[in-house]
Amino acid sequence: MIQTPTPVKSRTTTVAPLSITGLSVAYQKKPVLRNVTFEVNEGELIGVIGPNGAGKSTLMKAALGLIPSIGGEVLVYGKPYRQQRKMIGYVPQRESVDWDFPTNALDVVLMGRYGHLGWFRRPGAKDKALALECLAKVGMADYAGRQISQLSGGQQQRVFLARALAQDAKLYFMDEPFAGVDAATEKAIITLLQELKLQGKTVIVVHHDLATVQDYFDSVLLLNVEVQGFGPTEQTFTQELLQHTYGGRLAFLDRSLQPPSRFDGKGE
Amino acid sequence: MSDFWILLTGALVASCCGVLGVFLVLRKMAMIGDAISHSVMPGIVIAFLLSGSRDSLLMMFAALLCGLLTTFLIQMFQQSGIQSDASIGVVFTALFAIGVVLVSLYARQVHLDQDAILYGEIAYVHWNIWELGGVNMGPKAVWLLGTTLLIISTVIGLFYKQFKLCAFDPALAAAIGIPVALFHYLLMGLVSMATVSSFESVGAILVVGLLIIPASTAYLLTDRLGLMIALSVAVGVASTFLGYGAAVLLDASIAGCMVCAAGFLFILAFLFSPSQGIIIKKLRIRKLA
Amino acid sequence: MLADPNMQWIFLGCTLLGLSSGVIGCFSYLRKQSLMGDTLAHAALPGICIAFMLTGIKSIGLFLIGAGIAGIIATFGIGYITRNSKLKQDAAMGIVLSAFFGLGIVLLTLIQHGSYGNQAGLDKFLFGQAASMIASDVITMTVVCISLITVCTLLFKQFKIISFDPGFARGIGYPVAFLEQLLMLLIVVAVVAGIQAVGVVLVAALLITPAVSARYWTDRLGLMVVLSGLFGAVSGAIGTWISASVSNLPTGPVTVLAATLLFVVSILFGPQRGLVAKRLLRKSVKQRYHRENELQLEGSVKKEAAL
Repeated sequence: MIQTPTPVKSRTTTVAPLSITGLSVAYQKKPVLRNVTFEVNEGELIGVIGPNGAGKSTLMKAALGLIPSIGGEVLVYGKPYRQQRKMIGYVPQRESVDWDFPTNALDVVLMGRYGHLGWFRRPGAKDKALALECLAKVGMADYAGRQISQLSGGQQQRVFLARALAQDAKLYFMDEPFAGVDAATEKAIITLLQELKLQGKTVIVVHHDLATVQDYFDSVLLLNVEVQGFGPTEQTFTQELLQHTYGGRLAFLDRSLQPPSRFDGKGE
Repeated sequence: MSDFWILLTGALVASCCGVLGVFLVLRKMAMIGDAISHSVMPGIVIAFLLSGSRDSLLMMFAALLCGLLTTFLIQMFQQSGIQSDASIGVVFTALFAIGVVLVSLYARQVHLDQDAILYGEIAYVHWNIWELGGVNMGPKAVWLLGTTLLIISTVIGLFYKQFKLCAFDPALAAAIGIPVALFHYLLMGLVSMATVSSFESVGAILVVGLLIIPASTAYLLTDRLGLMIALSVAVGVASTFLGYGAAVLLDASIAGCMVCAAGFLFILAFLFSPSQGIIIKKLRIRKLA
Repeated sequence: MLADPNMQWIFLGCTLLGLSSGVIGCFSYLRKQSLMGDTLAHAALPGICIAFMLTGIKSIGLFLIGAGIAGIIATFGIGYITRNSKLKQDAAMGIVLSAFFGLGIVLLTLIQHGSYGNQAGLDKFLFGQAASMIASDVITMTVVCISLITVCTLLFKQFKIISFDPGFARGIGYPVAFLEQLLMLLIVVAVVAGIQAVGVVLVAALLITPAVSARYWTDRLGLMVVLSGLFGAVSGAIGTWISASVSNLPTGPVTVLAATLLFVVSILFGPQRGLVAKRLLRKSVKQRYHRENELQLEGSVKKEAAL
């Protein structure tokens, strides 16, 4: 039932960017993730798909060591996560921070540099230039000095992406970057993802909108507590496997193949 | 001369609290600050019973320990499923109660009465002089608070970016390897230090008031973190000056008047802040209409 | 000590006080407003002082009115600040709590320095001294506590539903805003009734600690309210008894420590939620997973072997 990735791809002579083996997480009695095992290829966009409460955000947080797991191993480029932090970029859910914080867009992007600065160094002119560049890449250069609460939801999301770019990572985790954004932002984000892919970076995205999965992702991970399917999109994103992942809820799901509301991903 | 020392003491307390208060307000931990200012009480009393002096290093250490214990217990109860505000309430009332019981039991032996703990004795600050080789160095409280302020500014200055990121986005902070828990406890340790060094001169209420009110006032006035800290200190210092003036006029508790002054400045900012003030907002809407 | 009839009354009053605070505390805990009691208690101080300054009389009835008005202003202030600025609830509470308390202290010092004849004992309000209560105070307190319990019993179903799901309550036609205000008023009354016995600084613990402890023993609201009331009553009784037997010991802190002791027992040994039970559960869950994993591995090995 668990499909281990087949090493057919020509590029897989290098170590996998992310390899997860037997990861399990439980809150109290209830298992949230059970025995999750998969390995992603370098330079791919991977969508993580599953119903609400399937453990998608939990998977990201557990992989990043933000919540304790009860078993399993997470390797980033062949080494434990702790040793590879600088290779990883993370975009949390937009609702997870307080946008009333007294700071501006440029400053938020600069936070992406903190991981590279060590304990005592402050961001310098070079970091600032890089941050401005990242803001420009997401089309937000004009908003650098804007207080973050005055940005629209889509603009806030783009600032978060710019911050991830500033992290200058090789492997990115993005938790619902498309949730509640406008069409322009969605387009900007997907262009950016394609660009990252061209640079040989690997991006793992928690995604909700089933209608766009085939257009956006090279591989998908179907998740519902356990891995229900993993592999190239055209082979894995099938009616049968989706039915399996979403259970009886698929009938309801067919009708709602539009972008879900921004609160959908909460409570995982 | 006594006026000078009282105002200087007040200003130092306001500066210590102003800097830390900003982070408490931004991390939505204002009530934890309140809790710590109450729960350092048993530490102070025990240290006092042991050393017999009010300004010992031991007292600082004991209070620090109590503050960290409070933080730890609140965190533990929260993780075990109690709502955060209930766990705050349980912990600080219990520790404060221990402190009051100790004071009551040993009230005759020690010179530490409940009034002093609640209202402070800022009026008597200049009586307790530090002498070094027969030279008058000024009040001990001023030295104590000065040292505390130095420590606070050094720590916050060195780790500004870590404190900032932990306040804004702890998930990212953890993901890039900043020890979030360590900085949480570091901040709480600084709050405990500020509380205990302010305690004797200004009492428990003023500490809480000066931790939360000026920082909230500054929050309404600016969109920049650095500026917010500066404004918070400025508002705190202004409150101590205004409050002292009012206290002299009314012949009332100095600490109480300082908190009232801080409250008054907060109301002004709440109504008239250029970006947030509700009256300014109303006027702007009227202009548009 | 219980031979003194006055003391018997005080003992009864404090027990009832613990009972009623425990009952009301349950609702404020479930509504996630535990620290509201703390804020209201601090905010009550200026109300009490003003009531005393205006009339020059020390009576619980008058103080209830003063503190009630101050409490309503404080609740309104907190709501107004959170609605009209970017400040969050905790900061708003901290501001209101410390500003009101600061004002209260100023007024208290004015009373002490001024020419208010009967001022001795007003400062007992800070930490509570049950023994200083006179017969009429105790009677007022008893009446207040009994009416609090009565209201809670009569409106149990309504309070239950507004604590759990106010939206639904509105849907089925309950006057939610009125009930919320009423509950807030009951909290104010409980706090003010408790101030003379437990003190301004600590009276909130009577609302919070028994309710949290009771939550550890049951998942049913009805039982939780009963247990919380029981814990509160026991704490009140122990607090009065010890503080009356040892000279110079204020009632408030002893009562709070008794409640805390019950809390510690609950958090350790509560079934399911207690720390001990949880530790055991987590261990067994972990073990089960590892066992299952091994079984699965064995299974797949067998399957492969069969192929």
